[in-house]
Amino acid sequence: MKKIIFLLFAGMSIGLTKANVVDPVKTKKNNSADNAGLTLPSGFVATKIADGLGSTRHIAISPKGKIYTKINYNKRSKYQNGILLLKDLNGDGIYDTAFAFGNFSGTGICIRNGYLYASSDEEVFRFKLDENDQVINPNQPEKIITGLISRHEHEAKAITLDYAGNIYVNIGAYSNACQVEDRKKGSPSMNPCPILDSAGGIWKFKADKLNQTYSDGVRYATGLRNVVGLDWNTATNSLFVMQHGRDQLHDLFPELYDTKQSAELPAETMYELHQGSNCGWPYIYYDHLVNKEIIAPEYGGDGKKSTTQYQAPVIAFPGHLAPNGLLFYTGNQFPEKYKNGAFIAFHGSWNRAPEPQEGYYVVFVPFKNGKPNGPWEVFAKGFAGKDLIESTRQADHRPCGLAQAPDGSLYVTDDSKGTIYKISYSGK
Amino acid sequence: MICVFAQTTNVKESIVRGKKVYDKVCLSCHMSDGGGVPKMNPPLIQTDYVLGDKKKIIYIVLHGMSERVPIEDEYYSNNMAPHADLNDQQIADVLTYVRNNFGNKADAVTVAEVKAVRNPIKKK
Repeated sequence: MKKIIFLLFAGMSIGLTKANVVDPVKTKKNNSADNAGLTLPSGFVATKIADGLGSTRHIAISPKGKIYTKINYNKRSKYQNGILLLKDLNGDGIYDTAFAFGNFSGTGICIRNGYLYASSDEEVFRFKLDENDQVINPNQPEKIITGLISRHEHEAKAITLDYAGNIYVNIGAYSNACQVEDRKKGSPSMNPCPILDSAGGIWKFKADKLNQTYSDGVRYATGLRNVVGLDWNTATNSLFVMQHGRDQLHDLFPELYDTKQSAELPAETMYELHQGSNCGWPYIYYDHLVNKEIIAPEYGGDGKKSTTQYQAPVIAFPGHLAPNGLLFYTGNQFPEKYKNGAFIAFHGSWNRAPEPQEGYYVVFVPFKNGKPNGPWEVFAKGFAGKDLIESTRQADHRPCGLAQAPDGSLYVTDDSKGTIYKISYSGK
Repeated sequence: MICVFAQTTNVKESIVRGKKVYDKVCLSCHMSDGGGVPKMNPPLIQTDYVLGDKKKIIYIVLHGMSERVPIEDEYYSNNMAPHADLNDQQIADVLTYVRNNFGNKADAVTVAEVKAVRNPIKKK
């Protein structure tokens, strides 16, 4: 029976004391029995393959199985670098050390064509990988995009690439609802919304050209408030994104929305994008309860008036769950129903207060012929560590990034404690 | 003796009124436990903002906050809206509540102190 050695990082408690860890020969513990605290469908197992890494955001796994994760760091962080290459020195499946490089914080990371791409809040860099998928020159990345707007809110620049030499970058709107004074009750919204000319959408650039700015790229899609989870769907050869819907319907319009309605609305939405897609922010939000694009109250809406002039989502979820990761599954390890379906990491809400928070789980949407083929289902839950979350920081772990390994396992990052989960199908 | 009693009662009453303001105006972002939201909305638990210079915290309630400044080495992404529509009593009450809740213990904020920040006297 394989024995697994655990090393504690930031005092994370998994039933071992520090004394046990100091002498690795003494105590071994297999945590797969409790699936690392997660509840999964039958036949699946989960383990923690790394822990205490800091704020691990997105994750990319190379064709040779090298695991890279992008981290946000501050003065107090364990690692004072923005990218970790995880290392499992003794081959026991636990990545107990990491090579840290990249002197920029940020969220986005993606591997394509022998290059590791990673983003700060203003720029995108890339590092060439060698034949073993190791970074050749960690201290000298190529800067491929610069000058992207970052104005405090929705600043994370999530990225993905197609297979035709293009990179897609989220430039989040630095605003909740395009008001003149952000989030202030009574402040009108701007019409037209000037933010959209340089934010609130997805921008497309070349993957191999240096020092590109806005003028070298093209606004690929607009009317998207903020996208953190996005993925290139190889089955449809198109870009799919998850939008974080607007906040504070009740705070700003108590006469139209009570706290319960404001907790449920608006929907978090998935879109299949093409050049020119317009998903409607800030003018509308999507109401998944009636499946309509509802005119935003700032633009004369009353909670009921609707339109069909913007792009409809392919599927919509309850409000404020915060979709931070999106992955179309292409592996052969999981049962057939998962093939080409979508996994979504819901980071977990904050804007549902005073109602209880929701999310903190990974869901699955089955797809067939490029479209959702059934209702969404919770795939992995238990990240929060408790059933009732009222204040967001009560959640132990918050799922953020998703990646698929060459063997078809699913990896999930948690940006709260820096835990990385590996979910596999054992068939039992 | 009676003065001290009246003052203490006044503070207690201010805290009771302040909680109502907090629940209605502040809770949705700063949460029921004052803990804020990791990396988005700052906590109000024993930070130097809450316990320190009262003028600073009064100013933030009146004007909001959208600068990227670290609060105990962490950065918080969301903008805080201005709340100048709250009157001086409401602001004094909610800040007194916050400064005496969530593990905080500090002296009350008075109406006069709020007025002074809202309408600063111009120096010649």
